[in-house]
Amino acid sequence: MMISMTDATIAIDDLVVRRGGHDVVRIPALEVPAGCVTGLMGPSGCGKTTLMRSIVGVQRVAGGTVEVFGQPAGAAPLRSRIGYVTQDPSVYDDLTVAENLRYFATVVGVRRRDLDAEVQRVIAQVVLGDHAKARVDQLSGGQRSRVSLAAALVGTPELLVLDEPTVGLDPVLRRDLWTIFRRLADDGVTLLVSSHVMDEASRCDRLLLMRAGVLLADDTLPGVLESTGQQDVESAFLTLVDRAAAAGHRDPHDTLESSFERGAPR
Amino acid sequence: MSVRLTLATASRVLRQVRHDPRTIALLVVVPCVLLGLLAWIYDNTPVFDQLGAPLLGIFPFIVMFLVTSVATLRERQSGTLERLLAMPLGKGDLIAGYAVAFGVLAAVQALAAAAFAVYVLGLDVAGSAWLLVLVAVVDAVLGTALGLFVSAFARSEFQAVQFLPAFILPQFLLCGLLTPRENLPDVLNTVSDVLPLSYAVDAMRAVTVDADATGDVLRDLLIVLGFVVVALALGAGTLRRRTA
Repeated sequence: MMISMTDATIAIDDLVVRRGGHDVVRIPALEVPAGCVTGLMGPSGCGKTTLMRSIVGVQRVAGGTVEVFGQPAGAAPLRSRIGYVTQDPSVYDDLTVAENLRYFATVVGVRRRDLDAEVQRVIAQVVLGDHAKARVDQLSGGQRSRVSLAAALVGTPELLVLDEPTVGLDPVLRRDLWTIFRRLADDGVTLLVSSHVMDEASRCDRLLLMRAGVLLADDTLPGVLESTGQQDVESAFLTLVDRAAAAGHRDPHDTLESSFERGAPR
Repeated sequence: MSVRLTLATASRVLRQVRHDPRTIALLVVVPCVLLGLLAWIYDNTPVFDQLGAPLLGIFPFIVMFLVTSVATLRERQSGTLERLLAMPLGKGDLIAGYAVAFGVLAAVQALAAAAFAVYVLGLDVAGSAWLLVLVAVVDAVLGTALGLFVSAFARSEFQAVQFLPAFILPQFLLCGLLTPRENLPDVLNTVSDVLPLSYAVDAMRAVTVDADATGDVLRDLLIVLGFVVVALALGAGTLRRRTA
């Protein structure tokens, strides 16, 4: 499927990120369309986080361009339009949920008189209503990561970059989160969600399959299955790895078996 | 720089401290206890009157240096710094916010320590007691500013704590407390001229010995404030939105 430049929220051209002397991410071209959920799937250490950091504009890149909403990634006007959730819950443990969100809402420019309403809104969005006054260090891991998500939702960003938001959560919570993501996309928000749990592919409108810093596929789930002739994402992924190896990319036998976990907590 | 974001950051940092009553108690009580100990050791001698005031400046300086470097290191390690730098928050807002918050704590600490030294321990102050408090607060803010700056170079709590002996103790040795600065060997005297704590202690001493020294005190204070501004600017400069 071809996407015109104007529809793409994220446009990447020739991106190279180098660390310790070798390329950790190398993406010749990529466009992420607006208003849908794009899943970035791949094993731990394949470069998902680095790619996301490049899009948010906090990653030092060795070459190429990354544009978000038509502006270079990291440009100051983008900072209030992108919500970014890192893998670790990046919130203040020694503040309450509401205090955390109030601060982040102020930072993204929510006006003082709208602060309370905004904090209430995002707390309701991540279903943490009973815990608004609880200190973050008294919450469970799953609740903490929802606080972190809520902190990215303040100020209604147009693009959400979520790094493994469902890791370690119980299945009910994971389903709830994906429902939230779907609702946000229906409201016109663009979501880029990474996961190393292949089951979650079915929740996404589009899939980016990544391994060893390279994109193996950029397609819908049916598209990926059809082009590989497989029944499930994991087999499709393995087929793509084999094809890439046959085409002279990397050694196909390095650490493949440790690549995936099925829905298990980290 | 935005006043609104600076104050929001300062109030967030103070809220964090408020949730930690033991830290507040330590901040207020420890300098008083140390000064009390000093007064007791030198009971019935003039030594406390000579050392009390400089130490009244030095204790908050050291405490705020430590507290600040650990607090900012925590901000780096928890990932909140990365989140903030991806948000529309200026580096200056963050650094200034920290400086304001810890400045407030420093003021509380300095007030308590100065009041305790003057009213309970009977420290002789020739000049104005308020000037004594002001100098103590500025000294503590200096500790905060240096803590903000050097925490950029710490990768772990172990390193952050080591910066105390590395950055602070040499200044302590050369600030004129152990030996008047003019009696130091020439090279060390020159070195002490460029260390901020020397001026902090000079100011403290001037307030206590000379009732008419306000001009000298203010000059020393301005120099210390100059160091504060430079350290804060350097601290903001060490923050990088893009990292490897």
